[in-house]
Amino acid sequence: MKQIYLDYASTTLIDKTVAKAMTVCQAKIYGNPGSLHQVGQLAKKEILKARTKIAKILNCKPEEIIFTGSGTESDNLAILGVMRTNRLSPACRQAGMITTDIEHHAILNPAEQLGKEGYKILKIGVNKDGFVDLEELKKNISSETVLVSIIYANNEIGTIQPIKEIAKMIKEKNPKTLFHTDACQATGYLDLNVQNLGVDLMTINAGKIYGPKGVGLLYVKAGTKIEPIIFGGGQERGLRSGTENVAGIIGLATALELVQKNHKKESLREIKLRDYFIKQILQKIPKTVLNGSLENRLPNNINISFLDVEGEAMLLWLDKYGICVSTGSACDSLNLDPSHVILALGKPYEYANGALRFTLGRSTTKKDLDYVLKVLPKIVADLRKISPVRVKI
Amino acid sequence: MINKKNKKTGDVENWVYSDKVREHFFSPKNLMLKDPKKEEFSAEGQVGSPACGDVMKIWIKIDKKNERIKKLKWRTFGCASAIASTSMFSVMVTEKGGMKLQDALKIKPQDIMKRLHGLPARKVHCSVLCDKAFRQAVNNYFRNTKQYSRIIVDGAKIVDKNLNITDKDIESAVLDGAKTLQDVQAKLKVGVGDPSAIPEIEQLIRFYNEKYYG
Repeated sequence: MKQIYLDYASTTLIDKTVAKAMTVCQAKIYGNPGSLHQVGQLAKKEILKARTKIAKILNCKPEEIIFTGSGTESDNLAILGVMRTNRLSPACRQAGMITTDIEHHAILNPAEQLGKEGYKILKIGVNKDGFVDLEELKKNISSETVLVSIIYANNEIGTIQPIKEIAKMIKEKNPKTLFHTDACQATGYLDLNVQNLGVDLMTINAGKIYGPKGVGLLYVKAGTKIEPIIFGGGQERGLRSGTENVAGIIGLATALELVQKNHKKESLREIKLRDYFIKQILQKIPKTVLNGSLENRLPNNINISFLDVEGEAMLLWLDKYGICVSTGSACDSLNLDPSHVILALGKPYEYANGALRFTLGRSTTKKDLDYVLKVLPKIVADLRKISPVRVKI
Repeated sequence: MINKKNKKTGDVENWVYSDKVREHFFSPKNLMLKDPKKEEFSAEGQVGSPACGDVMKIWIKIDKKNERIKKLKWRTFGCASAIASTSMFSVMVTEKGGMKLQDALKIKPQDIMKRLHGLPARKVHCSVLCDKAFRQAVNNYFRNTKQYSRIIVDGAKIVDKNLNITDKDIESAVLDGAKTLQDVQAKLKVGVGDPSAIPEIEQLIRFYNEKYYG
């Protein structure tokens, strides 16, 4: 059976050029970049090349890039690393961080940890369309606000926050406040020029841009006060100890270069497919609601609630037909709580439990989507027949 | 009672459904597809809410003479384990001429899970619902037939008297994945109101964890 993969926001397939670059590297570059001999120095050179390539794309200095093991690790390093530098200052108890209700768990959970350590954590809400309440944010930035972290494009509903505008507002209110953004979902589609955006820290990972899994990076603006969360040999300016994943880093650099080169054309193509699919679903299947604004939304994200049906049940039926999607529902994989993102939009639990996320990518065709449109209405109708729930819209 | 297959493969998250679960999910038995006719069933029962992710409704037809379950039909809003476990339960109580009411009431979630060849640990709470919906239906049957003395009242025991937390609350928190006192507090969305209850609460957490996951 042909697999129709509509879960690109979870992870992408790997680009052939990327895979090739990595294979070549793995075969030839086996040295430890920390070794002084020629074999080691060869590996070091490769990392420097990758770093320089990426720095060009982000419009930053090569030394401002810290390679990590994942987007999650970059997020953890950004917020734990920045906040904990205030540990010994007398104002520690006052040091605050502001984030939002729709962050990835890689931000929310370390933020919760910081709360346990005594820092003040404030989460601000979003409106019904999924955009951060800028007025509330502005109101809450004070002289004690050390860090603000806001997701560039949301992983569940794809809404894009006005990062440039937010950065400007934060700096106007308190020039000392640092601004971090998690750009994992945005990387393949949006502007990554850190000078343009005005961010101090930015998270990117390779597994969402047709690169390898298990590699990420954190952009850290020169002069930013930050401490490591992993200790050891002092690699990556002491911020990320551990022997560098040379092939992974080369994969990340290659993937980032490719995705940035092609993203405009590919975005337009995916927007067309996205809008077609959303329109068809809302038309063909009753009691369906799009989650998150259609404007300022990632080109590849579709998130729809199918009322009276539970997300996982739909997911498994679609899987039987070879269609891979993901849920924003209670029974979603490891976390049984209903999607905090859909609840943050002010929608009831019933909407969160019946949500499906379809995310498009390079290999998605209209034919693929038409196949989904053929099988999905019957799946929903059948599951509704056996559901005792009738939610009123 | 964790999916044995997963234990063998060393999958730490125990996330995969057994073939039996998939079979009952993809072809559920004893579904109530059309609304029932009047008097077609002896009683019905429903538990859960769409807010918490699972809702189950059960209709039962009881043979008054021998109290055997002649028919059990159901509808479920929920994930695969919720659907599969209700389907399996419906088979268990109606096979071989139908179970006697008193025996069917003794079916425990573990019995259903056994027949399903296990469930992912995190999903255990789903299957607990169908026996509850069934008990609700049976209670309604007792009410309908004026056998009030037979109505089963939940034997919950209050452990934290300040916040009215019962052993049942702790049991369902554990079934929901709570492993520590902190987890239970997070699940129940409360702190501990009566500090002197902590040792007993912790003991219950250990007890239920061993019972379901040990």
